Amino acid sequence: MTEPTLYELSSPNRTGVRYPEVDVPCAELPEGLVRESLPLPELSEIDVIRHFTNLSRLNYCIDVGMYPLGSCTMKYNPRVNEDMARLTGFAYTHPLQPSETIQGNLALMYQLQEFLKEISGFSAVSLQPAAGAQGELTGVLIIRAYHLSKGNTQRKKILIPDSAHGTNPASCAMAGFEVVNFPTDSNGNVDIPTLKSLCDDTVAGLMLTNPNTLGLFEQNILEVVDIVHNSGGLVYGDGANLNALLGICRPGDLGIDVMHFNLHKTFSTPHGGGGPGAGPVGVASALTEFLPGPVVKVIEEGTDDIPPLFGFVQPSQSIGRVKTFYGQFGMLVRAFTYILMNGSDGLRSVAEHAVLNANYLLARLKDYYRLPYQRICMHEFVLEGKWDDAPEVRALDISKRLMDYRFHPPTNYFPLIVHEALMIEPTETEPLQTLDQFADAMIKIAEEAHQDPVVVRSAPHVTPVSRLDEVKAAKDLVLCCSPFHDSQV
Amino acid sequence: MFVPHTETEREVMLRKIGVKRIEDLFQDVPEMVRFPSLDLPPAMTEMEVVSELQNLASANESCKELICFLGAGAYHHYIPSAEDSLLRRGEFFTAYTPYQPEVSQGTLQAIFEYQSLIAALTGMETCNASHYDGATAAAEAVVMAYHNFRGKRNRIILSHTVNPQYRATIRTYMQGYTGLEITGDNTIPDPFMSPESLIPAINNNTALVMVQYPDFLGRIFDLRPVINAAHQVGALAAVVINPIALGMLTPPGEMGADIVVGEGQPLGIPLSFGGPYLGLFATKKEYIRKIAGRLVGETVDTNGKKAYVLTLTAREQHIRREKATSNICTNQGLMALASTIYLSLLGKQGLRQVAELCYHKAHYAADRINQLPRYSVCSNAPFFHEFVVCCPNSISETNAHLLEHGILGGYDLGQDYPELHNHMLLAVTEMNTRDDIDLLCEVLEEVAND
Amino acid sequence: MVTPADLKYTKSDEWVKVDGTIGTIGITDYAQEQLSDVVFFEAIVSVGDQVMKETEIATVESVKAAATVSSPIAGEVIEINEGLADAPEIINSDPYGKGWMIKVQIKDPAALNNLMSSDAYDTYCQGRSH
Repeated sequence: MTEPTLYELSSPNRTGVRYPEVDVPCAELPEGLVRESLPLPELSEIDVIRHFTNLSRLNYCIDVGMYPLGSCTMKYNPRVNEDMARLTGFAYTHPLQPSETIQGNLALMYQLQEFLKEISGFSAVSLQPAAGAQGELTGVLIIRAYHLSKGNTQRKKILIPDSAHGTNPASCAMAGFEVVNFPTDSNGNVDIPTLKSLCDDTVAGLMLTNPNTLGLFEQNILEVVDIVHNSGGLVYGDGANLNALLGICRPGDLGIDVMHFNLHKTFSTPHGGGGPGAGPVGVASALTEFLPGPVVKVIEEGTDDIPPLFGFVQPSQSIGRVKTFYGQFGMLVRAFTYILMNGSDGLRSVAEHAVLNANYLLARLKDYYRLPYQRICMHEFVLEGKWDDAPEVRALDISKRLMDYRFHPPTNYFPLIVHEALMIEPTETEPLQTLDQFADAMIKIAEEAHQDPVVVRSAPHVTPVSRLDEVKAAKDLVLCCSPFHDSQV
Repeated sequence: MFVPHTETEREVMLRKIGVKRIEDLFQDVPEMVRFPSLDLPPAMTEMEVVSELQNLASANESCKELICFLGAGAYHHYIPSAEDSLLRRGEFFTAYTPYQPEVSQGTLQAIFEYQSLIAALTGMETCNASHYDGATAAAEAVVMAYHNFRGKRNRIILSHTVNPQYRATIRTYMQGYTGLEITGDNTIPDPFMSPESLIPAINNNTALVMVQYPDFLGRIFDLRPVINAAHQVGALAAVVINPIALGMLTPPGEMGADIVVGEGQPLGIPLSFGGPYLGLFATKKEYIRKIAGRLVGETVDTNGKKAYVLTLTAREQHIRREKATSNICTNQGLMALASTIYLSLLGKQGLRQVAELCYHKAHYAADRINQLPRYSVCSNAPFFHEFVVCCPNSISETNAHLLEHGILGGYDLGQDYPELHNHMLLAVTEMNTRDDIDLLCEVLEEVAND
Repeated sequence: MVTPADLKYTKSDEWVKVDGTIGTIGITDYAQEQLSDVVFFEAIVSVGDQVMKETEIATVESVKAAATVSSPIAGEVIEINEGLADAPEIINSDPYGKGWMIKVQIKDPAALNNLMSSDAYDTYCQGRSH
C-alpha cells in the first residue's frame, strides 16, 4: 500500500490547529509585501496523525531490530534521555537569556565538557559543532589556525590513509588543505615507511581514525603519532569509533592533538532518521585557545553553600563560531544523562561488550565469508561480500536479502580498500540471541548465494517496496510534490 | 547499564572467540595507556539521574514561567501536542539515515514532503533535506555560490542586517578560501540603512549578495532592487528568511532570489537553548546539482510502485571525497520531520493566522512603547514581529528590571552595532497576550522613572 | 571491453582521436562500465578556453560514482558536445562515438606520443581488474 502525500490528502479549508482571536487592534498589512497565495496543504489533526503514523510503519528502526551498520554505532537509545531533553527548564530556555537565568544549562554543559575531557584525555572541549562532519571541519580549521599562529604558512598538506571515510578529505578541502592519500599496509595499519617519506615541513597534520574503518586498532599508534609530531605536524583523531575505546584508552594519552566526538554514536543520542548529530571537539593543551566558542567556564568559584557561577567565554585565538549559539543542546542533555547512568565502569563495559559482540560475530562468520585482515577486531569488522564460486551475488545483494530476514543491512562498499565490503558493527546493546539470529541469517544467505542466487539477487521480497530505480530518480529528478492542487494555489 | 549480557553468555562468547578474558581482546592497545581509570561520578540509576537532571533544569528560568519578548534568531511559538507524540515514535527517532530505501520509505517520504512544503513556503523550485541551522545554511549558500563560479568570482557581499552570528559563521567557514573577500558589513555608516545601500558594492567579481528578510532589525523591504542589481552582473542573490513571516509576506522566490536559507526553528521546534535547530535551504531548479546535503527524489520500484530514494548522491563527500564542495553527512532529520508535521497541522490557514497574530501584536506593542515617555521605536520601514526600541537606560539595566517582573526583555543591539547602544530588539509572537504587552509597557515606564 | 585501435589513451581512462590538428576527447568503454549508468554530464570548460594536459574538462556522474575527465593533451577548446547534458546515457551506449565530450585544437601533436596505444591500454586495464 502506498501512503498518499500531504497534498493528496489535503482538503480545502481544513486545519489541524485553531488559534485565539487577535486581542489587539489590527494593524495595516505592509503594502506590496503580502503574499497572494500560500500553497500549503490543509488537513485535520487526525489526518496528520494517521499520515505520519502510517509513514512511520514503513521504517526499520533500532526499536524493531538490530542495525549492524559499520561505523554508525546504532546502539539502543534510552528512553530516559528523551524525557530529560524535554524537561521544561531545558526545552524552553531561550539561547540569549541572561546568564543568571540559565545556570542549570551552563552547569550541565560545563560538566559535560569535563566528562568528555576525562573520557578522552584532552585539555579542553568545545560543545559547539553540530555533527561529526562539522567537528572535523572545526578540527582541521584549528590545525590551520595553529600553524598560521606559528608563521608556518607552508604547511598546506594533510595526510589521510586510504581507509578513511570520505568526510575526512572533504573536510580538509573545505579548510583549504591539499589532501595526500596514502596506503594501509597488509595488516590494516598505517604504512610506516610511506608515512615517514611523506612527513616534512609542508605537512600540517595527519587525519587518523582509530580504530580504523576496518575495525582494527592501529598497532603502531605511538610511532605514527611520533613521526607526525617530529616533523612538526599535528594528529587529528576521527572520533567516529570512540565506542570501542571508552575506558580502554584515551586518545589524548595516545598523543592525538584534536578529535571530534559523535554524541549520536558513542553516547546514545538518537540518529533521528539522519540527524541531528552532535560533534563536540576536544584538543590538547597547545590548542585550547583555538577552539570555537563560546565555551562554558567557571566565572566565580562556589562554596559549600553556593554553587559556582558559570558563564560563556570566547577562547582568545578562537577560529570563530561554527553555528548559531552553543551546540545541539538537546543532544548534549541526552549524552550527559547517558554518561551519568554509566559512570566509569559502565563506560568501560560498553566498549568491552561492543568489542566482544563484534569478535563473536566475526568468529561465527569467518568460515562463510572471506575476512581480508586476520586479526582480533575492535567494535566492528569487514567481510568480503562475494565468492569466486558464486559470481552472480555481490555485497549489495547480501544486504538486500538480510532485509527479508528482518535485519538492517551492514554498511556496504566501505571502506573502499576492501572489494564488496560488508562492514558490521553490532554494538554492545545487542544480546547474544540476536547476534546468533543475525549470524544464522548471514550463513543462510551464503548458502543461498551458492544454491539459489536468484532469490538473493532479487531481494528484498518482504519490504514495503522492492529495489528502486535509482537511475530514474537521478535523471527525472522529482524533488517536490507536484503539481499542487489548483484549489490550494 | 544498557548491556544485556549475563555472565554465562559472556563465557559462551569468549569460548567461541577463543580467548579467556575480555581484556585479551585489547592486546593491540599500548599497555602503558591501556585501561585508564576515569574520574567520573559513580553510575546512577534512572531514578537518581532524573532527580539530578530535574535539579539542573529547575535552576533555569524558562519561557514557560517568564513572559518572553526575546527573539534575535530564536523564537517562542506554540507547538501543538500532536507534533511531539509523532516525533516520539521509535520508528522515526531510532531510525538511521535512509540509505536503504526499501526499509526507510517513512523517513524518505517525510523528507520529500518537507522539501515540498519548504519550496512552497519560500516560493522556490527545490529544497534540500536541511542543514544544521540557519547560520550553517547561510555558510553553505556562500560555499555554493563560490563554486558556482568555479572560484573565479571572489567577492561575497553580506548585508549588515544579516544575523551577526550567521555572518560570523560564514567567516569561520570561509577562512580557508584564500583570496575570497567578504564585504558589505565591514563599515556601517548608518545601522538603519536599507538593502539598496549594498548596490554600489556589487560588481563583476561578485559571486553572491546576501540579505535578510525580515532583517535582523525586524524590518521588511522589497528586495527586488538589490536582487536585480545582483543579477545584472551575473551574481547570485541569497535571502535569509524567517519561515513564520512567510505565512503572510511575499516569498523571496517571487522577488527573484536564487537561494533562500533560514532558521527553521520557529516551525514547531522548541527553543531548547539554541539547538538542535533546522537549516532551511531552497534554490532555483538550475542550481540543484550545486546544492550540498541530501536530496530525496521520487522514483518507482521494480514493480512500478511509486517510492522515494536519496538521489544525486554522487555530489556528496562519501563519493567525491576531497572534490566534494561540502563535507555534510547528516541532515537535521528529526527537526525537518518536526517542521513538516507542524506545517501539516497548521496548513495554509494556520500559518497565515500565526503570522498575522505575530504581526498585529508586535505592532500594538510598538505603538504603545512609542507613546511611553523617553522611549522611541526606531522604525524607518515596515516590520514583521520584531522592532528596535531606543531606551533611556542601558539595556542590561532595563532587562534586569523586566526580569524582576517575570519578563524576558529584548536583545541588546549594542553588542553587534556599537551605534545602537541603549537599543533593544523586541520580539512579539502569538504567545504574548495583550496583558503581557501592557505589563511590559508598565514596567518599561517604571524603569524610565527610576 | 572495446578499445579501438586508432585512438590514444590515458591512465585516467580518457581517449583522444586525432583528425589533422583536431583532437576529439571522451572516456573509454572501461571507464563507462566502471561508472555504470551515467546520469549527469557537465563540461567545466568553455569554447575558447586553453587547456593543458591533465586540466579537468568535464564531470560525469552515475548513481554510485563521480568522475572528473581530464584533457589528455594541451590545446584550445573548439567544441563541446552539448547533447550529452540532456542524454548523458549516450556515454554508456556509445563511448567512442556519440559519447564524445570536447574537441580541442591540438597545440603540440608530438605530445600525443606520450599517450598509450590501444594495446598498452588493454594491458593496463587487465592489470587493474581483480
